[in-house]
Amino acid sequence: MLEGRQLECTRGERRLFSDLSFKLDRGQLLRVAGANGSGKTSLLRIMCGLVAPSTGELLWQGRSIRAEREEYSRNLVFIGHLNALKDDLTALENLQVAAALAGLPAGAARMLTGLDRFGIAHCAELPAKVLSQGQRRRVALARLALSDAVPLWILDEPFSALDVGAVVELERLLASHLASGGMVVLTTHQEVEVVAQTVLRVDLDRYSAALLAA
Amino acid sequence: MIRTLGWVLRRDLLLVFRRRGDVINALVFFVIVVSLFPLGVGPEASQLRNMAPGVLWVSALLACMLSLARLFAPDHQDGTLEQMLLAGEPLVVIVLGKIMAHWLVSGLPLVLIAPLLGLQFDLPADALAVLCFSLLIGTPVLSLIGAVGAALTLGVRGSGALVALLVLPLYVPVLIFGAGSVGATASGTGAEAHLLLLGGFLALALVLAPWASAAALRIAME
Amino acid sequence: MTQSRKFSWFVFSSPQSFYPLAGAMQPWFAALAFVLCAVGLYISFFVAPTDAQQGESYRIIFIHVPAAWMSMFLYLVMGFWSGVGLVLNTRLSSMVATALAPTGALFTFVALWTGALWGKPTWGTWWVWDARLTSELILLFLYIGFMALQAAIDDQRRADKAGAVLALVGVINIPIIYFSVQWWSTLHQGASVSMKSAPTMAATMLLGMLIMALGFWMYSIAATLARVRCVILERERHTDWVALEIGKQA
Repeated sequence: MLEGRQLECTRGERRLFSDLSFKLDRGQLLRVAGANGSGKTSLLRIMCGLVAPSTGELLWQGRSIRAEREEYSRNLVFIGHLNALKDDLTALENLQVAAALAGLPAGAARMLTGLDRFGIAHCAELPAKVLSQGQRRRVALARLALSDAVPLWILDEPFSALDVGAVVELERLLASHLASGGMVVLTTHQEVEVVAQTVLRVDLDRYSAALLAA
Repeated sequence: MIRTLGWVLRRDLLLVFRRRGDVINALVFFVIVVSLFPLGVGPEASQLRNMAPGVLWVSALLACMLSLARLFAPDHQDGTLEQMLLAGEPLVVIVLGKIMAHWLVSGLPLVLIAPLLGLQFDLPADALAVLCFSLLIGTPVLSLIGAVGAALTLGVRGSGALVALLVLPLYVPVLIFGAGSVGATASGTGAEAHLLLLGGFLALALVLAPWASAAALRIAME
Repeated sequence: MTQSRKFSWFVFSSPQSFYPLAGAMQPWFAALAFVLCAVGLYISFFVAPTDAQQGESYRIIFIHVPAAWMSMFLYLVMGFWSGVGLVLNTRLSSMVATALAPTGALFTFVALWTGALWGKPTWGTWWVWDARLTSELILLFLYIGFMALQAAIDDQRRADKAGAVLALVGVINIPIIYFSVQWWSTLHQGASVSMKSAPTMAATMLLGMLIMALGFWMYSIAATLARVRCVILERERHTDWVALEIGKQA
């Protein structure tokens, strides 16, 4: 349902990758691998529609994402390197704003459930600036707990700064999302155990996609 | 869409409320700059009275421009701006919400304090009223045009001075008619035409600026 | 069935094919500029009659007015090509816009300078805050803003697009700014000096100005073609054909 055709990305004067194609269907996980600076984040940003590829096109449900950018944005959740948290807002408020902007219901009770899944419900009323790195990451990821209905999850290094308990919880969340027909694209340095119908791998070091059975 | 606008407005106002210092700084800047002029040209009453519309308007303009750094840059740095671009709601609405919040915090206080400063320049009562009104219509235009400049220079080094260079020439019409309206009142000719034109600028800016800012933001985030 | 190859002007929209075309055209425009300016200057100095009120010093308007016309015109052209580059995502259009800006700024500067030179012998002051000079000053700021913005952004595509947005905003604002400054000038100037109080246009004077304007236009094209060639070489320096080209020139 998400298809990339001959994507090429040039940043400044460096060509990061070219002729990259992939097809991601329901229940599938795409793992983007590559050394630092190989263009993983750029590829993810192209998939989000934030950046246009130098050549090639990206299709959602068979239609180019450029045609209906807003419609496409409604179908995805992107969690990047930066946690997208305002220091001066509480964890709860941050989550509410994120939910509201995504068009999801933003009631406090729902937010607390999301925070609770990652074990930080007790941080709900604390401003983000007093939280630790790991806690902030978990607040950012709590959004995923509210986004089950959103088909495409694009995650850039979601496991960074997480402790073992949170890693397990995130894996569980990803698995259940994939099981219910969602799609996940992620980059990670760590080896993670995510049960999925199919795990695709794009190795940017080789500009090619290889299909690996789960 | 109204819901999104409401949330963006609420978010930005909440952020300012938690960090009130920023607002006070802009206001104090306005007051200080206005006070510099009599110190520079001498306290002679009639000269100050003539200068007052221009001085007050230029100072308001500079104060507004200074606060543009708060509009998009902080959100850009912590990644929340990126999320706004991915929101699935029209970016124009979100940008409009941010500009409205910016004006409420950086423009409206100037409108409220200007009469006091106008008294320091011995402006008559009717001129003070027109001053208020012209700032009320004009400062939103400054926020709107400023937003385009702020969006274009997002993350660019030296963006403070660059924003000034880009935005101040575009502020000139607002300055001319804003200060002109007060001058016209003080000298007896009506300020109607000036205020109507300012209203026209506001309408035009409301239509074009959020759209241009949204386009500039997408370009900046590529 | 073979398709006949239809010649399309779009073949020149790639920097690589435009580069030699620009190189071929440029000397012709430069020559035209030289001839037209020579004729225009001749008319302005020897043919146009001496003005009763202002004597010989008024002759500077033969440079001042065409330069002002060109400065405005070039901004519109720059805005047009910027816009094309933004909408159609073509690199060459943006390069042309970038190449136009310095020439436009130059003419604005010339207009301001000649305005000052006119002011001094005529009214005794080096600067007059009249409508045209003030508008030209603001136009200069707009040009400098465009060039500064493009210089400050490292990523080339972003610089092109951001410049385009700025140029288009400027194009919309220029009539507004011009109108506002006109208003301001009539309100405050009253009966005092104005560039508008130029001698009534004799036919030869108008002809002289038009010829100078045409000459400046040809110069602008020649200068822009030369500059865009440099811009192309700089931006495409990592391609093979540029490496060959530089090798040829060395």
